[in-house]
Amino acid sequence: MVDFAGWDMPVQYRSILEEHKAVRQRAGLFDVSHMGEAAVRGPEALRFLQHLVTNDCTKLFPGRVLYTVMCYPHGGVVDDLLVYMRGDGDYLLCINAGNIDKDLAWMQEQVKGFDCTVIDRSPEFAQLAVQGPNAMALVKTLSQVDVGAIKYYHFGEGDVAGVRCLISRTGYTGEDGVELYCPTAAGPRLAEALLAAGVPFGLELAGLGARDSLRLEAGFPLYGHEITDQISPLAAGLGWVVKWDKGAFIGADALKAEKERGSPRKIVYFKTGDRRIVRAETPVLNAAGASVGRVVSGTLSPILNEAIGSALVETGAAAAPLSVDIRGSRMNLQLVKPPFVPLKKS
Amino acid sequence: MSNVPSDLKYAKSHEWVKTSPDGHALVGITDYAQTSLGDITYVQLPKVGTALKAGETFGVVESVKAASDVYAPVSGVVLEVNKALDSNPEKVNQSPYSDGWMLKLKLTAPGSESGLMSADDYTKSIG
Repeated sequence: MVDFAGWDMPVQYRSILEEHKAVRQRAGLFDVSHMGEAAVRGPEALRFLQHLVTNDCTKLFPGRVLYTVMCYPHGGVVDDLLVYMRGDGDYLLCINAGNIDKDLAWMQEQVKGFDCTVIDRSPEFAQLAVQGPNAMALVKTLSQVDVGAIKYYHFGEGDVAGVRCLISRTGYTGEDGVELYCPTAAGPRLAEALLAAGVPFGLELAGLGARDSLRLEAGFPLYGHEITDQISPLAAGLGWVVKWDKGAFIGADALKAEKERGSPRKIVYFKTGDRRIVRAETPVLNAAGASVGRVVSGTLSPILNEAIGSALVETGAAAAPLSVDIRGSRMNLQLVKPPFVPLKKS
Repeated sequence: MSNVPSDLKYAKSHEWVKTSPDGHALVGITDYAQTSLGDITYVQLPKVGTALKAGETFGVVESVKAASDVYAPVSGVVLEVNKALDSNPEKVNQSPYSDGWMLKLKLTAPGSESGLMSADDYTKSIG
């Protein structure tokens, strides 16, 4: 168990590698109750969200989910988040556990002047993620809701194993599946029901370790690594969540200027062909051996059986060969456009 | 509960030694160590012929969680390393006291292993 944003979280239940493979091949159950939730409600909730985040929330309708980031005026990222539209003027945000206090303070500051409220609802929700090729078949056995009809990045509300849930067809693994938000007190009951029903589907408990290697293999950013208050969404390869034509939003000017000039540094994803893990903070070297950046995430891909990772490097250096030094051995980085493995999202 | 075979000697740094009457010794890491490290993904071992002093780093054991130095529990010259760990480092997880062995040493001073911990003492130390 490790401390993660104040939560006692299991890094692994059995084996990170085995839990990872179970999710890619069968199904995994993650307790992600540490994630934060905030309700944004009121007549101007949409106008506020359009100001707050970079993606276009007018594209939402009840039952639709949007991935986005919210930025500081200088273009650095406050957090990445999911926006759920439950109804007119009724939105739920899912934010990172480590950022709950910071995000709430930021949003309370920004919401001044808008006719809506932002309320931290994190303590009220447990969240369980069921992910993997067998995940949907498993959840179907426990629900009257036609969960198969909920499309990717959509959600429904209804009972799963007799527990009222927000059923979100989303995830952080690159596999098909759902994230189930339920009342905190019902979390253990829902988890036990999923584990029991999951036996014939090969469901395994999966911890934070597998969650990290799965998200990296899928090429999903993690706050504090690929995105930070010093790494803009453009530098992180998340330009697709920045909508220029939606009107003004916090950070728009800085991001526009960065777009025109080009980002001085950018996130690249790499593999090495070697099993030695290239860990975060390892310097990235150019052909002359000079440091041109640093690794921000690194693990062993249990599927490729080689080291994979991401690095923040000087944009100009990224076109030429890059390497790292691992205990005296120079290892070349092969740049890869993620995902590292073929994914079968719905 | 960790498996701590009674016929081996143990270092505080979680390596085991099995000596034989010909002055040779096998070295590996304990069950407790492999459990603590988790999935082992890479094992870096010294070249045959390397002279190791007791307490000196002889390699690195990497798991998904961390890279950890491993230390020679006794002084000796490396006669052989377990090449199978190059492609199957998980043998250290599966079988830390047999298939997962790391080094075969020619002891510099046979008998020096008597300064290491017994199985009982090691069990207490990881209690």
